Amino acid sequence: MGKLVPGYGARRKTRSVFLSLAERHVTSVLAVWVDTIRVLFAVAALLSFSIDTARSQEPAVPAPPAATALATPDALVAELPNADFDRKGEVAEALASSGHPRAGQVINALVSGTLNGTTDGRVVIEAGDATKTYTEAMTGTPVMGLAEDQLTRIGVNNRLRRVLRGLYARLTLMSPDAGIRRQSAAAAFTARDPDTLPAIEEAIAKETVPAVQNALAIARAAIILQDAAAPEFDRVAAIEILKARGDQDSMSLLLGLRDAESPAVRQAASDAAAAIEAELSYWRALQNVYYGLSLGSVLLLAAIGLAITFGVMGVINMAHGEMMMLGAYTTYVVQQILISSAPGLMEWSLLIAIPSAFLVAAAAGVAIERGIIRFLYGRPLETLLATWGLSLVIQQGVRTIFGPTNKAVITPGWMSGSFDAGHLQITYSRLAIIVFSLIVFSLLIVFLKRTYSGMQMRAVTQNRRMASAMGVRTNWVDAFTFALGSGVAGIAGVALSQIDNVSPNLGQTYIIDSFMVVVFGGVGYLWGTLVGAMTLGVANKFLEPYAGAVVGKILILVFIILFIQRRPRGMFALKGRAVEA
Amino acid sequence: MIIGALRTRSGNFSLALYAVLAFLAVAVPLLNLAVPETSAFHVSTYIVTLLGKYLCYALLALALDLVWGYCGILSLGHGAFFALGGYAMGMHLMRLIGPRGVYGNPVLPDFMVFLNWTELPWYWHGFDNFLFAMLVIIVAPGLLAFVFGAFAFRSRVTGVYFSIITQALTFALMLAFFRNDMGFGGNNGMTDFKDIFGANIQSDAVRNAFFVTTVIALGVGYALCMAIVRSKLGKVLIAVRDAESRTRFLGYRVERYKLFVWVVSACLAGVAGALYVPQVGIINPSEFAPEASIEAVIWVAVGGRGTLVGPILGAVLVNGFKSWFTGFIPELWLFALGALFVLTTLLLPKGILGTFLQPVSARAASRAPGMARDEGVLASLPPRDGTRERLAKVDA
Repeated sequence: MGKLVPGYGARRKTRSVFLSLAERHVTSVLAVWVDTIRVLFAVAALLSFSIDTARSQEPAVPAPPAATALATPDALVAELPNADFDRKGEVAEALASSGHPRAGQVINALVSGTLNGTTDGRVVIEAGDATKTYTEAMTGTPVMGLAEDQLTRIGVNNRLRRVLRGLYARLTLMSPDAGIRRQSAAAAFTARDPDTLPAIEEAIAKETVPAVQNALAIARAAIILQDAAAPEFDRVAAIEILKARGDQDSMSLLLGLRDAESPAVRQAASDAAAAIEAELSYWRALQNVYYGLSLGSVLLLAAIGLAITFGVMGVINMAHGEMMMLGAYTTYVVQQILISSAPGLMEWSLLIAIPSAFLVAAAAGVAIERGIIRFLYGRPLETLLATWGLSLVIQQGVRTIFGPTNKAVITPGWMSGSFDAGHLQITYSRLAIIVFSLIVFSLLIVFLKRTYSGMQMRAVTQNRRMASAMGVRTNWVDAFTFALGSGVAGIAGVALSQIDNVSPNLGQTYIIDSFMVVVFGGVGYLWGTLVGAMTLGVANKFLEPYAGAVVGKILILVFIILFIQRRPRGMFALKGRAVEA
Repeated sequence: MIIGALRTRSGNFSLALYAVLAFLAVAVPLLNLAVPETSAFHVSTYIVTLLGKYLCYALLALALDLVWGYCGILSLGHGAFFALGGYAMGMHLMRLIGPRGVYGNPVLPDFMVFLNWTELPWYWHGFDNFLFAMLVIIVAPGLLAFVFGAFAFRSRVTGVYFSIITQALTFALMLAFFRNDMGFGGNNGMTDFKDIFGANIQSDAVRNAFFVTTVIALGVGYALCMAIVRSKLGKVLIAVRDAESRTRFLGYRVERYKLFVWVVSACLAGVAGALYVPQVGIINPSEFAPEASIEAVIWVAVGGRGTLVGPILGAVLVNGFKSWFTGFIPELWLFALGALFVLTTLLLPKGILGTFLQPVSARAASRAPGMARDEGVLASLPPRDGTRERLAKVDA
């Protein structure tokens, strides 16, 4: 990227001559005129012959430019309703060179036929929609109480329209704001309007920001490619530029050249299209990996709490999804409280919601463990049924309290938006979830490996009776583990509230997936959960384009069912006596 | 066999069940068809269909109990076999509609015409034949169970792992059947059935016929399960439930016993589904939903697993309770169902029958399965032929 083609270099040389000329008369308005004449000559080279002659004669005919320049922009615009087409063109050009902030809007309105003169001599712009509201052309203030019969549309003809489009493109392309320049370059690429070509070429010469210059060069290339009459050399050069851009739009443009009469152009276009295709498939793969990691990190968040409780206690907690749902609803409640009591803290609502969700879910977890699961140890299948029943109760409870509809959770400003990395579009919310899941994962690993409580949990996982004999209070560890696992699920709920609907069914949609991750990754080994979640996430996203979302999911399920046949205890199985317990 | 059954207390339950079923088979059609509607003894057709539905559920619960109560395999995906049987029946009924569909196509069901299909998919051929459809009703769930079970039991996938992958199985099937291009009617499934054997499927006579068929199927299913669990094979199954590794070390090919009973159970579930579909008049992918399968598990748990009468009782009681409860406060049903799960597992681990009536002969079965450390059944099991010799060789 950023490389400019030889054809462009040649043009720059003529430009520099032209620029030095312009510099000498920099204070003079004539410079603008010379400029325009040059631009029009350049257009002429690219347009059909009849237009060419019409254009090149045009500047010679009109009234002296100095007179136009002396008039104020407001006076110029006031002339418009009664001017003939030639005069309208002069007015527009004078307006464009005046630097008036509304010049762009007025010219655009003139092209699109929304500029109207009123019976009392004002000029107004009609809003583009059907609302029939009007604004003063030169000030932008709304005008009230205009009936349609008071208005006369200011007409344009095709020749004038072309001139005006070029003027408008130049106005936006020369804007002092680099962002606007870039936008209008992108717009020029999609519009591919031959009338804007001179303006673009001029802008390329003046542009100082490389990215914008590049965007302009691409827009210019796209326009040249559309023009079958352009010299072969220019067109091949344009193909090279589009190849460097290398996205879907450029490719469809290049594929449109398959029927070009010049064999060199045809060949260059098909080569470039092939190169772009190769490049794009590479980026698509990267995009899939990214989406897969993003899905995988969601799965990781959902599954990691389950991995802890299942690993330590051998307990299938079917209410795990509901712990996530509680976390998501906690986020909602926290935001509601903040909105009413401390709106200034809304930006940090998620940071407040994380510990709250952890506490709410952990408290629920302790209650479940002490109230139900404690009595069912050694009977994993019955635990499964009891927790399933519990999940129904929690779901219905939330539905009764908050209602069955989705709750709107607000995404803080710093999490919305996206940035581009190459051809990858990376949204901040997905990135935040990936980072967040990895942080949670790392904290848990550190907790398990580096703290005394973590060591006790590992001891109970590996050999419950031996740990008990060594003085570990296994029932305390169980309660604590359950609280931890549920709390992590609550945190996962905070993250899920950002990407999914907060409804009473939130947990159910994730429960089977999380089980798959845990079973696939292997029980009692957190790294297995990480690898399992990421593998399943990426595999899912790679299957989706070929098989469709539903079949992809089915294939994943079938794969896991088969995988468990080969490795009944998951990818990373604990070895030893714990397995049979 | 009857004399043998009379000797045990479970025999009393069997007799009671057969008596109740025989009474239902005679009394319900009689009270529906012969007693005038004005009479207080008249049973409405709605009730007939409702009872028929409950008995289909009872057959499903019986099938589930055979694997869970007697072999310790908790299936969270029995709804898949139920639904497969139902779909096979649905396909037969769809083919019988013939040219009377909305689009009037003599061969293609309406939903295929709607999808612009031009010919019948290969797997739809033969379903116009009643016997073929009956065969598929049993073979399709059986085959799925055989393939799935053969893999799973050979790899010794047990306990909660097995439960979870059965859930994944039914979930995957649900997603698959939701797809329109599977050729099973997609989201809407199959409905608008017209007739069977030339008789209107909505008529009272056919509805009663289905009811009686369901009663008979349940009776036959019960006798089959009873024969299995009372045979020597049944003893091995209980041994597998209580101490799988030990049974294996005694020389029994545990996976074969499990596979056998698993396939039988799936076929029974398929029959239940096939009887269910014409009575409710629709089959759609929601029958595959994991929730439906788990709900079937709670019928077994409530009634008492490890007893064959228990699940039948449980299915009828829970579903009767559900119909009654959702009649006036439907929004609270999930609370009731959830509480049923929790309270049953906590307070009634052996179910109603197991707790109040102290069923079944052996002590081992009276314990909550999975916890049993009882060696009663195991001690009574002889080592397989040749095992003793092999062990002797190892000792030498």
